[in-house]
Amino acid sequence: MRVLALAGRRLAASLPTLLIILVGMFLLLQLAPGDTVDALIAQTGGGGDARVAAELRAFYGLDLSVPAQLGNYLWRLVRLDLGFSSIYGKPVSTVILERLPATLLLMTAALSFAFFVGLVLGVLAARRVNGWPDTLISTLGLVFYATPSFWFGLMAIVLFAVHLEWLPAGGFEEIGAGYTGLRRALDIAKHLVLPTLTLGLIFLAIYLRIMRASMLEVLSLDFVRTARAKGLDETRVVVRHVLRNALLPMVTLVGLQAGTMLGGSVVVESVFSLPGLGRLAYESVVQRDLNTLLGIVFVSAILVISVNFLVDLLYARLDPRIGAGQ
Amino acid sequence: MTLTRRAALATSAALASSVLMPQRTFAQEQPRRGGVMTVHFATEQRILNPSLQASTGVYIVGGKIQEPMLDLDEAGNPTPCLAESWESSPDGKAITFRLRRGVTWHDGKPFTSADVQFTAMEMWKKIQNYGTALQLFLTAVDTPDPHTAVFRYERPMPLNLLLRALTDLGYVSAKHVYEGSNIRQNPANTAPVGTGPFKFMQYERGQFIIAERNPNYWRNNFPYLDRIVWRVVGDRSAAAAQMEAGQILFAPYSSLAIADFQRLGDDPRFEVTTRGNEGNARTNTLEFNFRNPLLADIRVRRAIAHAIDVPFFIENFLGDFAKRGTGPIPSVSTDYYPGADMPQYAFDRRKANALLDEAGHRRGAGGVRFNLRLHPAPWGEDIALWSTFIQQSLQEVGIRVEVVRLDAAGFLRTVYNDWNFDLATGWHQYRSDPAVSTTVWYRSGQPKGAPWTNQWGWEDPETDRIIDAAQTELDPAKRKALYADFVRRVNTELPLWMPIEQIFVSVFNKRLRNYANNPRWASSSWHDLWLAE
Repeated sequence: MRVLALAGRRLAASLPTLLIILVGMFLLLQLAPGDTVDALIAQTGGGGDARVAAELRAFYGLDLSVPAQLGNYLWRLVRLDLGFSSIYGKPVSTVILERLPATLLLMTAALSFAFFVGLVLGVLAARRVNGWPDTLISTLGLVFYATPSFWFGLMAIVLFAVHLEWLPAGGFEEIGAGYTGLRRALDIAKHLVLPTLTLGLIFLAIYLRIMRASMLEVLSLDFVRTARAKGLDETRVVVRHVLRNALLPMVTLVGLQAGTMLGGSVVVESVFSLPGLGRLAYESVVQRDLNTLLGIVFVSAILVISVNFLVDLLYARLDPRIGAGQ
Repeated sequence: MTLTRRAALATSAALASSVLMPQRTFAQEQPRRGGVMTVHFATEQRILNPSLQASTGVYIVGGKIQEPMLDLDEAGNPTPCLAESWESSPDGKAITFRLRRGVTWHDGKPFTSADVQFTAMEMWKKIQNYGTALQLFLTAVDTPDPHTAVFRYERPMPLNLLLRALTDLGYVSAKHVYEGSNIRQNPANTAPVGTGPFKFMQYERGQFIIAERNPNYWRNNFPYLDRIVWRVVGDRSAAAAQMEAGQILFAPYSSLAIADFQRLGDDPRFEVTTRGNEGNARTNTLEFNFRNPLLADIRVRRAIAHAIDVPFFIENFLGDFAKRGTGPIPSVSTDYYPGADMPQYAFDRRKANALLDEAGHRRGAGGVRFNLRLHPAPWGEDIALWSTFIQQSLQEVGIRVEVVRLDAAGFLRTVYNDWNFDLATGWHQYRSDPAVSTTVWYRSGQPKGAPWTNQWGWEDPETDRIIDAAQTELDPAKRKALYADFVRRVNTELPLWMPIEQIFVSVFNKRLRNYANNPRWASSSWHDLWLAE
């Protein structure tokens, strides 16, 4: 019950932020030259007719003034109607729901991969600080972090899909294969291996650096010396005493990065032809599809708020002192 | 990637031989039934119905599902499709089409002249790009019987113009699917119903489109393929990798990177060619805004043309897939190409400098005469390269150019509606006949904001007269002569410059058979396409 009340308070507190983001986004897009009809005409490649263009503007409601358009949008939003997408010809909520599973799947997979592998590597590096494992791990981390993800993705495709033919070169699942159940899950998993690694490697580098630094800091604290003095073996000290305390900065980081990742990764989604939110957002900007773009912003903002709420709950669990203070 | 001179020569030799060697080598093979064709689909479209939108992005899908009145044969001449025969009245104001019998829509209903009437009046004339201009003077389509459609025009319509135009602009939609609905919102726009060899099955946004074999197709025993899958791949390098992995068998309309054309051209598994795209020629433009007094001076425009070394650019950046253009009508247009013997602007920096001096623009500080902004269209790698090349070439004669890059919507709005540019560059697409999409670039009186038309603030009564005369001239020989006058006139006055001619590049997996066997193959129906083992 207390959790629900807290959640409600959090949501209420973020409403003004949400409003500012949406209105700001709306006005920013007005600054971009051209509208969705221009984008549509650009797709036809020639023979644009001014009369047809005027008809289309009326059809999309673009002949109204900017304040009137904004007013209409907000009034619809109050009724939880995200509007109609001009590129897709369907309600924005449907368009976003279609893309959400792929994004969530990719993000969860990439984030978990980065978190757990980063954690293990960070601990290993901290335990052999300045030894060869530390140097190796840190160097690798730096290489992953410094490499652009599109290059990583393309090289992975060239190696694993083109030359070795182990994994598919792109797409979300085998097209038209009609797999169901476990077979389908395996098929999707196979398609997601390369994108997950590509996206995860960059975050992995950050996590392992943070974990290493955090471990080193906690290892130097008094209670660790006490634990050692009690005669605990090193593994027990690291797992039971150090790790739990060193995890706090990691959890903070996950909360922050979940937001970034939920916005989708345009680059990875483009390279691997995945139907995610990032590509949808990019497409909406290029096509000036205001409703879809604002819808994505709205959904992402809500997701970020929820993830941060969960992170707060997790803090309390990891460190009882944080929860007790409230 | 770097290409040595030897590798480049080898590539061009291989390309030349592949172009010269027609597919007769495969003629002895027995066509194999079945198989799945996979196609690179680079840009997602809002609609897939070619009766409503005439563009390559729609034809690549909709052209397999719906069919046009006429098609082009191997030699590029109009050939029957849904229309079996045609004739024009002596005054050119009534054109009668006899329609094919025994054709059914994918939902089982018969195809009749009512469908043609509905599509022509409600879609081509009112909505379709290019169509609204082509059918401007269409007053009615009479349907004396279910297999005859008579197009009635207010002004004479040259038969040859209409026939060639209808291969691209003559796709027919089913009246019973659209009648009484809001055409723009009809679900069939993204789930097209046609008479073609393939039936639309599924469109998963951001992923793929699937069409299956139509068992009741009117060409008996066709098509050979079981299914076509279009894979949505936005990233060009990723698309090239998918071709190499065999996930994509055909990349149409220059959808891959220029460097990948060269690389895949060396690979024995692929053919990289312009063959099959002759009907889709385009020219690179350099557009001048006459509201800038600097550019209203013909000496400045000619100086700019003389300052750019076009053959050097083509050889080093575009390779074998482009050639020097000689005017708005490209050389692939066998019916109307007036020859290269027209006023041209050869690269001559000395002359360019002399013209600019003569116009009174002396070099000032840093050798700069004046500044200009250049807006490149965001479609096509070649345009980006060309705009940088223009910038550097003009620097040499003392014109400092700022390149302003915008996305598609921004470019169209800024250049063609707000007229807020000095120089612009993009593509002019030539569609079988100069009256379809070429003369609008020069004819005055275009409504403000209509892209790819004369928005330059340039008006020339002589050019207008020639264009209008050719538009309604029924004698093919006289029409050709008029278009030669037109090219001579606009090459002299230079309201815009079209110095490069290109044809789209296709990349085929060599497992395909019967590919590129007509000049608009990528857009055509693929009923005879098959896949070898």
